[in-house]
Amino acid sequence: MKKLKEILISKPNGLLNIYCTAGYPNLNDLPTIVNSLHEAGADMIEIGMPYSDPIADGPTIQESNGVALGNGISIEKIFEQLELCKPKIPKILMGYINPVMQFGLEKFCSRCEETGIDGLILPDLPIEIYESKYKALFEKHRLSNIFLITPQTALERIQKIDNLSSTFIYAVSSASTTGKGNGLAAANDYLEGLKSLPIDHPILVGFNISKPEDLALVHKHANGGIIGSAFIKYLKDKPEVGQASKDFVDYITNSAPVS
Amino acid sequence: MSLKIDEQGFYGEFGGAYIPEMLYPNVEELKESYLKIIHSDEFQKEFQALLKDYVGRPTPLYLAERLSEHYSAEIWLKREDLCHTGAHKVNNTIGQILLAERLGKKRIIAETGAGQHGVATATACALKGLECIVYMGEKDIARQAPNVSRMRMLGAEVRPAMSGSRTLKDATNEAIRDWINNPTDTHYIIGSVVGPHPYPDLVARLQAVISEEIKAQLDGNPTHIMACVGGGSNAIGAFYHFLDDEDVELIGLEAAGHGINTDKSAATMALGTPGVLHASMTLVMQTLDGQVTEPHSVSAGLDYPGVGPWHAHLHKEGRVRYESVTDQEALDAVLLLSRKEGIIPALETAHAFAHLEKMDLKPTDRIVINLSGRGDKDLSTYIEFLDV
Repeated sequence: MKKLKEILISKPNGLLNIYCTAGYPNLNDLPTIVNSLHEAGADMIEIGMPYSDPIADGPTIQESNGVALGNGISIEKIFEQLELCKPKIPKILMGYINPVMQFGLEKFCSRCEETGIDGLILPDLPIEIYESKYKALFEKHRLSNIFLITPQTALERIQKIDNLSSTFIYAVSSASTTGKGNGLAAANDYLEGLKSLPIDHPILVGFNISKPEDLALVHKHANGGIIGSAFIKYLKDKPEVGQASKDFVDYITNSAPVS
Repeated sequence: MSLKIDEQGFYGEFGGAYIPEMLYPNVEELKESYLKIIHSDEFQKEFQALLKDYVGRPTPLYLAERLSEHYSAEIWLKREDLCHTGAHKVNNTIGQILLAERLGKKRIIAETGAGQHGVATATACALKGLECIVYMGEKDIARQAPNVSRMRMLGAEVRPAMSGSRTLKDATNEAIRDWINNPTDTHYIIGSVVGPHPYPDLVARLQAVISEEIKAQLDGNPTHIMACVGGGSNAIGAFYHFLDDEDVELIGLEAAGHGINTDKSAATMALGTPGVLHASMTLVMQTLDGQVTEPHSVSAGLDYPGVGPWHAHLHKEGRVRYESVTDQEALDAVLLLSRKEGIIPALETAHAFAHLEKMDLKPTDRIVINLSGRGDKDLSTYIEFLDV
């Protein structure tokens, strides 16, 4: 988790985390996408491990998961592809707990460490089960488990999550599945309150960020923003994923007109 | 090891609540309040009155004489098919609608496979004047058309689940996603003993009335109790009060589809391995990579790649024996029961009857079969496959 900690210290504001689905749009696109996103200015990359039943995801990421599985992606292949990503890039693996269990937890953690993974986002691994069965192993392999909080999460629980966190906290802008595209207007009050939360770790906000003005708003109220569905949508049907990744970062950080 | 649930919501290694944080407040609220509410006198008074006057309980325990004669054993049928709406599913939805009311929820969501749970949920919502949205796989909407119309007549909105295998698994995914997106005003009425804790326990308690009545209706214990298992709610209901009675052999019948040695099956006990599905650790039909596979059964209600975590535990502990029955064997059993007893069973239920063919029966055997639902909804399948 060293690279992730370093970037959170060296760049306390305006962080950009972009999510991509491994194996999408083509089986072997991951290294090109990860390296291109980082080169264009993304501070960290969240890599989705496709699953047949992604219950916290909306249609866009569901579809990318389906395409990637159809392309033949697997956790083993993701680790092979991670070896081709530049080692200095802070990288997070996101996915559901079942494929990780079947891969084998010990082996999964070892491979994460070997391939330069800094953190994990496992939305269906609740904090109670994490604490009792996973924490020690993740710590041994220097993997930061990144927890979600929502506008409905009680303060007491946020503080518990803060205590269990080692890098940043992922605040979802509304209790929803990914990629609802509702915009951030309804979340304004929630976003405004984030800075005054009595917690130690930085906050990155995700869900419903699809336009440069969304990202700017999130940067005003939190340490960074996470973009997933908007990028996956953007990648669809793009002939050259490296260029498309750069164009998207330019667009979302407002340095280029939308193409 | 105990056969029962522990404080963390696990049955041995199975169960638990593998939920995303977005669902935590909803599931926690339910977990903290469900026992208090369902054990309260005020809840029980209304629940028992509705079970009696609205659902039509107790359902009869009927000695099937011609079927008994055919198999040379004593066969009793627990007539859940005579419940209002035609299946045991309504026991659960009436209980859960009263729970939802007490939690102050205004909007009800449900998943359905064969449509029986959807109809039972739509019925309970109509009874209480609550908004009702039922998710149903696109494929099931086509093969269970009468139940879709029934739900709509009752005022429910039926939303097709278009992802994956477009059956029960995907309808459940969509219902969970709806709940994530509606975190405060919505109660999710799960139709079986699946999903995150406390659902398996909640639904089991609401279905336990089946075995409670069997105990009271039969003079002495039966030798066997048999029930079909998809998620497993009617089976748990029929087994519940007999789990500690070791003289009673409990048998759950799963859908083998075309056969457990083919790639078209839904027999999770035979083909599944431990994994997380629908927020519960259970047995799951999946690839070595942990991707859930698409099951097959001619019966929409059993077409599910998982099974309730309590069943997974009862299987592991050996308390319940799980066997499987093919599509064709189930269809044959439909005709036999229709002609021997004048009862057309649901295709799901027929899986339990089909197992009689494979048993080495003795005249002293006293078998209770949970006749979980009637077959009206399956008429188009029967017309297609049974040459009637």
